Amino acid sequence: MILRSAKREYGTIIVASLMLMFLLPYLVNTYTLTVILIYGMLGTSLGLIWGFGGILCFGQAAFFGLGAYTYAVSSINFGESTGAMLLSIVIPAAFAFCLGLVIFYGRLNDVYLGVMTLVVTLILFKFINSTAGPQYIIGKAKLGGFNGIPRFHTLNVPGRPEDYIYGDSLYYFVACALIIVFVLVTALLRSSFGRIAVGIRENETRIGLMGYDSRSRKTILFSIGAAIAGLAGALFANWGEIVTPGLFSLRQSAEIIIWCIVGGLGTRIGPIVGAAALTYLKYGLGQQSIVDNALVFGVILIFFVLFLPKGLVPWAVSVWHSVFQRKFVRRPHNRRYRSSRPDLSREI
Amino acid sequence: MPEIVLETVGLTMNFGGVVASDNVDFRLKEGELRCLIGPNGAGKSTFFKCIAGLQIPSSGQVFMRGQETTHWTSHQVASLGVGIKTQVPSVLDSLSVFENIWLAARRFMSKAEANDKTHQVIERFSLQPIVNSDLGRLAHGERQRVELGMVTVADPWLILLDEPAAGMTAEEVDKIGEVITELTNFSSIIIVEHDMQFIRSIASTVTVFHQGRVLMEDNVDVVMSDPVLREIYLGKKP
Amino acid sequence: MDLSFVLLIELLYAIASLILISSGLAVVFGMMKVINLAHGEFIMMGGFVTIVAENAGVNIFVAMLLVAPITVGLIGLVVERLIIRHLYGRLIDTMLATWGLSLFFVGLVTMIFGNTTTSITTPITGFSVGDYQVNGYNFFVILVAISLVTSMYIFLKTTRFGLIARGTMQDPDIATALGYSPARVYMATFFCGSALSGLAGAVLAPLVGLVPSSGATYIAKAFITVIGGGPSLIFGLVSSSAGFGLVNQFFTFYISPVYGEVALLISAVVLLRVMPQGITGKYFRGKM
Repeated sequence: MILRSAKREYGTIIVASLMLMFLLPYLVNTYTLTVILIYGMLGTSLGLIWGFGGILCFGQAAFFGLGAYTYAVSSINFGESTGAMLLSIVIPAAFAFCLGLVIFYGRLNDVYLGVMTLVVTLILFKFINSTAGPQYIIGKAKLGGFNGIPRFHTLNVPGRPEDYIYGDSLYYFVACALIIVFVLVTALLRSSFGRIAVGIRENETRIGLMGYDSRSRKTILFSIGAAIAGLAGALFANWGEIVTPGLFSLRQSAEIIIWCIVGGLGTRIGPIVGAAALTYLKYGLGQQSIVDNALVFGVILIFFVLFLPKGLVPWAVSVWHSVFQRKFVRRPHNRRYRSSRPDLSREI
Repeated sequence: MPEIVLETVGLTMNFGGVVASDNVDFRLKEGELRCLIGPNGAGKSTFFKCIAGLQIPSSGQVFMRGQETTHWTSHQVASLGVGIKTQVPSVLDSLSVFENIWLAARRFMSKAEANDKTHQVIERFSLQPIVNSDLGRLAHGERQRVELGMVTVADPWLILLDEPAAGMTAEEVDKIGEVITELTNFSSIIIVEHDMQFIRSIASTVTVFHQGRVLMEDNVDVVMSDPVLREIYLGKKP
Repeated sequence: MDLSFVLLIELLYAIASLILISSGLAVVFGMMKVINLAHGEFIMMGGFVTIVAENAGVNIFVAMLLVAPITVGLIGLVVERLIIRHLYGRLIDTMLATWGLSLFFVGLVTMIFGNTTTSITTPITGFSVGDYQVNGYNFFVILVAISLVTSMYIFLKTTRFGLIARGTMQDPDIATALGYSPARVYMATFFCGSALSGLAGAVLAPLVGLVPSSGATYIAKAFITVIGGGPSLIFGLVSSSAGFGLVNQFFTFYISPVYGEVALLISAVVLLRVMPQGITGKYFRGKM
């Protein structure tokens, strides 16, 4: 673990991401970029709770879908997007909190956590899928069953309902949202709460023996992850302009997991890289019909689990280290190994 | 009249049909150092786990400073100010020595105070050379020392140690003995141990467990020369 | 009176199908502590193999009870040797790799068969009981389930392999120490588990419109039935299938099939919260 100075870290993040934000539209159209960033945020939510907190959630898509649907239903009822955006962060978080109380206070182990989250996603999916009739209505919003909810009030400038944010503006909005989320996640991980969460992942018993209540902390972390996923869901609703039950699907949950594994668990940027790479791949694959989508993704997941379990980002970092840094290992009591060449590792 | 800091009344632990702890009454006075000894399977570790909150006893009660802690989890017990070290070193492997001890300190004090206390502990246990190493890479003896540091950094009033000398070199064991003796000035300590020499060097009163019950409780020299004890340990008929 | 009979048959059928679809996963999880998330796809492939075999002229019962289990069993064997073998002891990694496998199989079958629904007719016709129509095939399914459970019990109790299997379930290290190659035991176990999944898919094929994505519906139910059942193979399987089947049928009858499914899932959450070790975790420890 490298303890970088806080100012330097935040500075690097903001400068680098602002640069990317302005440069990327020259390479890829903003429409595609927007959804890639949204998926990146979704990946970050799982990367936070799984990579750093050790909570493997098989149903992260549940919070994504919940956020999207909350946005759609709220914006139809409010006629304005600001309240809807806020609700779509709060409701998934509250739901996750209740779920956390059931799961984490029940002394369940990893496998059961996986089952529970899987089952919850399925329940939501099956339920929403069956709400096609006109009696399934919340306020003015019909749930629409497998057809989803097509027409709702998309993002507008707060206070000015007719001033819509879409297209390029939406891209910049989403990019800024992602940057803010990333900075907040960084801050969280640097805080005591974050350090303890990592400790819980490492050895929950020992954390308990130190006097920390791991159950409440896991519940809170889980809720934070759900809030981020919910925000991603709301943004997705605005991008796609329709919400469907597919957002709750097992397939969606599987994709989020694959992004994290491919990108690199235990890193902040890994899930974003994974989401970007795989979303791009998926759209590319969608253009052809020789090889099936699912087959490719399946092979990729298997490949990574077997051969690159740490993911792309850590692998790339280790390649960088072995190419650009001196190869000697400095042992404090073994002077023989000290090389006469200058130590460049400190400057990188 | 010194205060009783730890007391158990009729503590019993059943596992299926096996009675691991059988109606144990136990008392520890403030500032006392007690060693729990006994052959394998005698019930020392089970007793230890019950008082540390790692196990909920089948019946009986546990009191710490007068407060009943029988059904408490280990995090609640630790929050009271009790330091607990388990038999197998339980540390955070991918964090550094500094971070491990810091996290242990942080529970009870502010960030700045935790920093100071951590540096103190690192000095006391001579951990400077490995202060930034990840625990997963350290040798067993070093891990034990770090864990001891974690357990004592917040100045606990009661310390529970399960085999602190296991797997250590003679030198390290001596050092541990010094530290423990020093700690008795501030804390009450219970140690589960096998190493008789080590026990002799630090302890005064020893509680002997046998088949889940307390067999005898007396000064260490008296216990060591008792013929019944010899028989239990060595299987010799007197 | 007639209604009760029909309802009883429906209930037994629901329990029987849960037993069938969960048996393969139970064997693999109970013996090897491997969660095979491609289990649903194995079931689906059992169905497809049956359809292909029947269309090729093989007698339907032979296709269902022999061809499909053996084919899927062999597929499972290949999977075990190539992938699962490297991940023993790594529970989460196995779950992830088998999830990848499930995607792979869905993709593969979609490429071969396309996305259309394939089906075959039930080989046993229905008959009437009073005012109600009963699907005769349901009896067959119930019969297969009963035979399956009985043969598993007999196999485990009386044969040498069964004894080795039970020993491995309780303590894999002891089995190794006694000289039995764990690799062989695992290969055989995975083959049997996969074959059972294939059997389930085959037997249930005439009742569903089979699509490549059918596996998804099976895996969730099988998963929760197995985990809810607990460590004991047969008692766990039967008791949890019975429990969940009952809940499912109750809500299906009184409200709708969707609510039946949702009720089943919710009861799983409740069960696991109350009995984290599964039904047989506390009470049937050590028994089969």
